[in-house]
Amino acid sequence: MQLVYLLILLPLIGFLVNGLFGSKLSKTVSGWLGSLVVLGSFAISTKYFLDFYTGSLAAPIDIKAFEILYFQNISIHFGILVDQLSVLWLMIVTGIGFLIHVYSIGYMHDDENFSRFFAYLNLFIFFMLLLVLGNNLLVTYAGWEGVSLCSYFLVGFWYKNESYSNAGKKAFIVNRVGDLGFLLAMFVLLYYVGSLNFSDLKAEALGGNIPSNVALAAALFLFVGAAAKSAQIPLYTWLPDAMAGPTPVSALIHAATMVTAGIYLVVRTNFLYDLAPEAMQVVAVVGAATALFAATIGIFQNDIKKVLAYSTVSQLGLMFLAVGVGAYTAAVFHVITHAFFKACLFLGSGSVIHALHGEQDIRNMGGLKKWMPITFVTFLISSLAISGIPPFSGFFSKDEILAAAYEHNIGLWLVASLASLFTAFYMFRLVFLTFNTNFRGTEEQQKHLHESPSLITIPLIILAALAVVGGAMGIPEVFGGTHWMKNFLAPVVASGSGAAHAISHSTELMLISIASIAAVVGIAFAYFRFVKGGALPLKDGEEKGLQKVIYNKFYVDEIYNAIIVKPLMTLSSLAYEIFDVLVVDGVVNTLASITYWKGKQIRLLQSGNIGFYLIMMVLGACAILGITIWQL
Amino acid sequence: MLLIIILSLALAGAVFTKLSGDKLASKVAFLFSGINVIATGYALKLASLGEFAQLQFASAWITSPKIDFLLNADGLSILMIGLTNVLIPLIVLASSSRKLENESSYYGLILFMQFALIGVFAAMDAFLYYIFWELTLLPIFFIALFWGDGNKQYRSKVVLKFFIYTLAGSLFMLFTFIYLYQQAGSFNINDLYALELSNKEQYWLFWAFFLAFAVKIPVFPFHTWQPETYTESPTAGSMLLSGIMLKMGLYSMLRWLLPIIPTGVEAWTPVVITLCAIGIVYGSIIAFKQDNIKRLIAYSSLAHVGLIAAGILTVTKAGFQGSVVQMIAHGFNVIGLFFVAEIIFRRLGTYDISKMGGIRALAPKLTTLFFIVVLASVALPSTNSFIGEFLLLFGLYEYNTILAAVSGLTIILSAVYMLRMYQRVMLNELKSTITAFADLSLSEMAVMVPIALVIFACGVYPHYILKVAEPALDIILKNTLR
Repeated sequence: MQLVYLLILLPLIGFLVNGLFGSKLSKTVSGWLGSLVVLGSFAISTKYFLDFYTGSLAAPIDIKAFEILYFQNISIHFGILVDQLSVLWLMIVTGIGFLIHVYSIGYMHDDENFSRFFAYLNLFIFFMLLLVLGNNLLVTYAGWEGVSLCSYFLVGFWYKNESYSNAGKKAFIVNRVGDLGFLLAMFVLLYYVGSLNFSDLKAEALGGNIPSNVALAAALFLFVGAAAKSAQIPLYTWLPDAMAGPTPVSALIHAATMVTAGIYLVVRTNFLYDLAPEAMQVVAVVGAATALFAATIGIFQNDIKKVLAYSTVSQLGLMFLAVGVGAYTAAVFHVITHAFFKACLFLGSGSVIHALHGEQDIRNMGGLKKWMPITFVTFLISSLAISGIPPFSGFFSKDEILAAAYEHNIGLWLVASLASLFTAFYMFRLVFLTFNTNFRGTEEQQKHLHESPSLITIPLIILAALAVVGGAMGIPEVFGGTHWMKNFLAPVVASGSGAAHAISHSTELMLISIASIAAVVGIAFAYFRFVKGGALPLKDGEEKGLQKVIYNKFYVDEIYNAIIVKPLMTLSSLAYEIFDVLVVDGVVNTLASITYWKGKQIRLLQSGNIGFYLIMMVLGACAILGITIWQL
Repeated sequence: MLLIIILSLALAGAVFTKLSGDKLASKVAFLFSGINVIATGYALKLASLGEFAQLQFASAWITSPKIDFLLNADGLSILMIGLTNVLIPLIVLASSSRKLENESSYYGLILFMQFALIGVFAAMDAFLYYIFWELTLLPIFFIALFWGDGNKQYRSKVVLKFFIYTLAGSLFMLFTFIYLYQQAGSFNINDLYALELSNKEQYWLFWAFFLAFAVKIPVFPFHTWQPETYTESPTAGSMLLSGIMLKMGLYSMLRWLLPIIPTGVEAWTPVVITLCAIGIVYGSIIAFKQDNIKRLIAYSSLAHVGLIAAGILTVTKAGFQGSVVQMIAHGFNVIGLFFVAEIIFRRLGTYDISKMGGIRALAPKLTTLFFIVVLASVALPSTNSFIGEFLLLFGLYEYNTILAAVSGLTIILSAVYMLRMYQRVMLNELKSTITAFADLSLSEMAVMVPIALVIFACGVYPHYILKVAEPALDIILKNTLR
């Protein structure tokens, strides 16, 4: 049996054990069981990674396990594909997944549904592995919907709170909109190409057998799916709400892994996008717009997790910008560095929330670095990384995206650069308001302030370290690097244009300088405003004008409610009470009444009067006779 | 011979159950239906090996007009019989933990229903088929009338309406068969397949035929008997109606309507398939705001079966295969949903969702199993109905892209009403009016666990169903596309 099956099955076993017998296990056992199965998967992933890294495995492992369904000449198998792209995702999913499992042992230790939490986390890892290991779109789709399901479970984990349950439901339903797009993309490909296998599709695409309009339709439909999963305009609204889930969930699902599945999908099907430049244009524009839009909202948010959520939306936008301009490697590179620093940021925020017993409003924090040095330093490092300060990891990956955007279209570059400037500002607004100045919470909270236990801090330290050195995977030539990742991914995205190479080194250096200066300006602005100036965010309700609009997230949720949710609910009542009961059933009942009424009238003919019967009989006989004669 | 055994077991079961008295009735009924599961399992195994000799029976019956006692279970029929015979013991078991009046009649009628249903799915003589078709109406009429919950007077009105509505639909079918007999000189299905009807005949015969099935399925706008009947019937009645009986209409479209009236189907499909697509969206939207859990299930069912009917009408292999998978999937899923409604009713005495909430905290087993059925109803991959809906929607895509996209809305809409219902029933704070809520009993588990297993088994490995159904569907496809 292939080792890769074990890789997938380990988390499933963890899920089944914790799900079925979790209540009988001690918290230590169920927590470590959940973590160790993921560690096992990580070990196997590492083996595959090293195989590809050293070159002992050059060709992808492509297994057809069993046929799921077939009709006419179409056959769809359950199949596995391990190649350079999937191993990178495997490393992130299982590696960061393991760290977050360990963190959760510390973070969730007081929760009464501890084992259930680990069951869901394991199930999530299982579906995520299915998603990145599927060798065809159907298997990927199964993983794709599976992770949505786990997101639903985990966002609404504290199900007694109605707004949390609502957030989970919303996440699932909005993702379903994307899933319909995914489904239609599969139909297009099945109908015109006859296969959902990545290898078949790639061969057909490279062989010129996929007409460009088919590729365009498939690419756009797939992007609808990707936009929902990776929270892009106009389907991003579920992600900020999804912060209702426990913080480790936000780190794992809503920052490091699941939300990057949309990028994965587009990179995986890059051969389709290469055939459909219009689709790439759409992806690039949506990505850039989302990056700036979400970054703008991030500036005025006061909930520590909401800031990070909008930041995630914004960073995902940058990644889509990258794939949209054909810089697939840059997108994957940023997915990975982002996974390091954003997971670290979320876990750091969790550490803060934990210390403050559930407080999430940065207006009630401040000065925490005194009590929580490890959380502070790791948070700071990750903030530097996301802001794009050299030589932290985010610097390299973000610059690659900016360079690719610049080469493609200067407008896109400008939008992305502005988003980066905003990012630096809101991240350091967050850092300063949380960790610098004085504590603004209650005295009771202050008494209990403490650094989190080592189960929480050790994952933070590891992730921060990765956020520092992660850039080494893609040091560009201009700094004397060879860009390891570009070479590594070449077999998967060979057809993609090497955007960053097209511009000269001097231009590249100029872009890097501008980006770095912008980041420093953003940070400096935050420093002068919040540390030197001692400014504090306004109290609720004090915002005015544009600030109020942005603070309220441009009222997008309200607009969606007014134009989609409310009308549908009203329609539901009307359709039932008026149309179904009165009209449709009314017609049926009327037909019945008419029959009944006619019957009543005809009944009167049966009067019992024999004379009347006799006359009728004679008349009838005459009529028959008449007809017979007339027909002769 | 095996087929006759399966049919007789149901009839004998009905008789013995009635004779066994109220105390033993549920056990006798479960015993007979359980033995029948074994016999059916063997038949399914034979079918998968392509050995159908045991599943055919022919004997002359009436010479003038020529009516034969002709039973023949091909791949399609044996799957439908399999669905019936696996669901019946689950329905018996689902009722058994509740005390009822006059149990011997109740369980006897359920088994008599089984007998008639098997007949419908196996009969290959139109007249015989019609007799079985109408026979199914009698037991369900009495079950719904005598054992329902709630107001007796209102219920008898509702049930009578259902009876007359479906009977009226069936009369059109009888008329069609008589007409066809005059043309073919036989009720044998193969003779009817061989008929060369003129286009004009087919145009009106289509509606006469279709009405009978449209009412039974039901297809929008012939559905208004359904929500009230499901709501007023006892849960076993709702299960029989939605789990198996409505499949009679879908099955018959495949078996009788398409191959006999191919030109009529082709001509009217644009109209009828649009009605189905409307029904999908319409049923889903109405389901959003229903407060009665059974009525909500009824409207969701309208949406789900609308998709099946649409898939059949595409006359594609994917649509046909999808319809078979989905008929089976829907049978299990809807029974699971109705049983959950019943379980909650037993404890809280209401079907009103607004009086529920937070039950999850008290009933972890119910939570898990209920949610599995919800997942199947929203067609999550790895559950049975994902396979069905995938194939059906692909069939629709082959027929018409726009219709596929509109019908595809079901995957969004079903998530809305199902998750909304699940949340209002199971999540949030526990309703203060709920003081106690016992988790599933052993016999309730015995119903829900097999349903959950079937959901995943068919979802991961639907291959068996596809393989058994394929030859029969190919014949139907060939006859329809002639």
